[in-house]
Amino acid sequence: MQPEPIDSSISIKPESIPFWNDPDKRAIFFQVTALIVVAVIGYYLFSNTQANLERQSIATGFGFMQKEASFEIGESMISYSAADTYAKALFVGVLNSLKVAFIGIVLTVILGTFIGIARLSSNWLMSKLAAIYIEVFQDVPVLLQLFFWYAIFYETLPSPRQAIHPMDGVFLTNRGLVFAVPESHPIHKYMLIAFIIGCTGVFFLKQWARKRQDETGRSFPVIRVSALILLGMPCLAWLAGGAPSAMNTPVLSGFNFVGGANISPEFGALLLGLVLYTAAFVAEIVRAGIQSVSHGQSEAAMSLGLKPGMILHLVILPQALRVIIPPLTSQLLNLTKNSSLAIAIGYPDFVSVANTTINQTGQAIEGVCLIMVVYLFFSLSTSVFMNWYNKKMALVER
Amino acid sequence: MKSLKVLVAAAMVLMFAASLCMAGTLEDVKAKGFVTVGVNGNLFGFGMPDEKGVWKGLDVDTGRAIATAVFGDASKVKFIPLTAVQRFTALQSKEIDVLCRNATQTLNRDTALGLDFVQVNYYDGQGFLIPKKLGVNNAKELNGASVCVLPGTTTELNAADYFRANNLTWKPVVIENTAELQKAFFAGRCDCMTSDISQLAGTRAVAPNPADYIILSEVISKEPLAPAVRHGDNQWKDVVHYAVLAMINAEELGIDSKNVDEMLKDKNPKVQRFLGVSPGNGKALGLDENFAYNIIKQVGNYGEVFERNVGLNTSLALKRGLNALWTNGGLMYSPPFK
Repeated sequence: MQPEPIDSSISIKPESIPFWNDPDKRAIFFQVTALIVVAVIGYYLFSNTQANLERQSIATGFGFMQKEASFEIGESMISYSAADTYAKALFVGVLNSLKVAFIGIVLTVILGTFIGIARLSSNWLMSKLAAIYIEVFQDVPVLLQLFFWYAIFYETLPSPRQAIHPMDGVFLTNRGLVFAVPESHPIHKYMLIAFIIGCTGVFFLKQWARKRQDETGRSFPVIRVSALILLGMPCLAWLAGGAPSAMNTPVLSGFNFVGGANISPEFGALLLGLVLYTAAFVAEIVRAGIQSVSHGQSEAAMSLGLKPGMILHLVILPQALRVIIPPLTSQLLNLTKNSSLAIAIGYPDFVSVANTTINQTGQAIEGVCLIMVVYLFFSLSTSVFMNWYNKKMALVER
Repeated sequence: MKSLKVLVAAAMVLMFAASLCMAGTLEDVKAKGFVTVGVNGNLFGFGMPDEKGVWKGLDVDTGRAIATAVFGDASKVKFIPLTAVQRFTALQSKEIDVLCRNATQTLNRDTALGLDFVQVNYYDGQGFLIPKKLGVNNAKELNGASVCVLPGTTTELNAADYFRANNLTWKPVVIENTAELQKAFFAGRCDCMTSDISQLAGTRAVAPNPADYIILSEVISKEPLAPAVRHGDNQWKDVVHYAVLAMINAEELGIDSKNVDEMLKDKNPKVQRFLGVSPGNGKALGLDENFAYNIIKQVGNYGEVFERNVGLNTSLALKRGLNALWTNGGLMYSPPFK
């Protein structure tokens, strides 16, 4: 049967379609409806909470932030006393959380990568040890691990008066690890400046070395020279400043050591627990990433005459990293969020300070909002950085 | 028209729900058949289950007295263990009807937290528990000490105030769980522990070797520990208030759980009014006329409750001190029951 010839002179009017049959308009309609429903529920929750708080005569608002906190915090990176405001107390908590999360992330990545590579080692003992490590630490809940390390620290270490004294200026007690640090001196500022100049120098050196290799094929020992520059610049500044060598040595006075720097058992237990737990997951991710690169690739690289280090650096890692980075990001976010378990072993992280604040002021809703905002900020900034790195490492399709 | 009907129906449902919420705690408690009491859960002598799982303690008995006042039955009570941080939120959110968890009455809690405290059931003060071997006899010698404290307590603020006022440096070690905190302290993580003296006595009682620890004689704060209810429910507040006072009044009148049945025949009009022989008090509170009789019969008077839980014959071995009757130089004083 022949189809009816269409008369092109007759134009079909599109407005004859009712709007509920038009997918575009329908989509807009549904989205607007969803938005309104969410807004109404949000408004209801907010106004209901407000009304209830008022009825129970519970104070509201963030006015408490400017009041005197009048509680003490065990450890702080900035100077803090009970006379400071709640805002400052909470900031101390944020810094403490950041400290443990940042150091934890760095150590986790290093340890996880090492264990992951060890898991693939052809050495039977090494690979089995790595496997046992991964199984044990993955399977024990992290809170239990924290309690375990904390108990080990306070049960086994001696009191300050019987401190373990492995070397000059270092004391290990149940108050933490106390060690000598250089006496503060104006030259330290110049050493930092020298280090920054060194970093800039290394950046340009790297660009120059790559350009030279592209042009002439000759490679340059960038890593060794960079290390020399990064260490050498501050040392030069230190020598130029007359090499001040005064040390701030801890001395036992009364109940505890005075002077030096201190790593508390709470911080140590939290860091150790988080790093050992998360590193087990990271190790598996690294192993999976390396195994995802087919063996033919390294054989091909070997037949080209590349050294093992260069095979890892130039052939395997660039391909493995794009498999590793996305799950690694989620593990690092986990570490950051798990750091809030600090409250169980007495490390004054943000949640711990915020909880005390909630209890002293009674303003739970504001406090919990703050906790959510701060952790959202931590997580988003970690993931923005990792996404940037992921994009940089992704294979460029040509 | 249809939408209007829906709107009216919704408004009615809302009003009904609102009227449910507005009903007083006393009616709510009577309707559900038991009183929910927030207690400590870890504090020997105040609120802690014994090895058979039976709740014991001064605060626990206060909760039982309230249940007895409402139902005439000391067993119609449910105890919810709460941490220091959870306790006020649990009360505000109606998870519990009354908080008997060694909570100190303060102006801020009474106002900004939306709570009302009733009659004090234990007058306490903050002190320091310290191992004997440190050789410290005075709190002023604690410069540079690490101090174990519970978070979210007035203790935390008092300690900060005390060290500040005396120009001493210190390091707080703040662990939320009482049992974990005690373990850290016994292991020597802190030089001393600060808390209400009754709590310190409780902590010392569970130490591996109680004789190794002393409580310093200094008392650095006033800690009136009182049950608390939600602000604005005056009827329920009265019930809780007079349930506590009934135990004190009974001790003043010389009535205890053993002689209460004989005292029913006593000619003293004060005793008759108190035990509901001459009616009036019960109706005024919205309770049975014999509510005080039931409390004394089933729970005991304040002196009995004190001696049973924290007194000299318990491992806490606390003296009555401030908690003696006013006639014996203490602060326990009941307004007349008439």
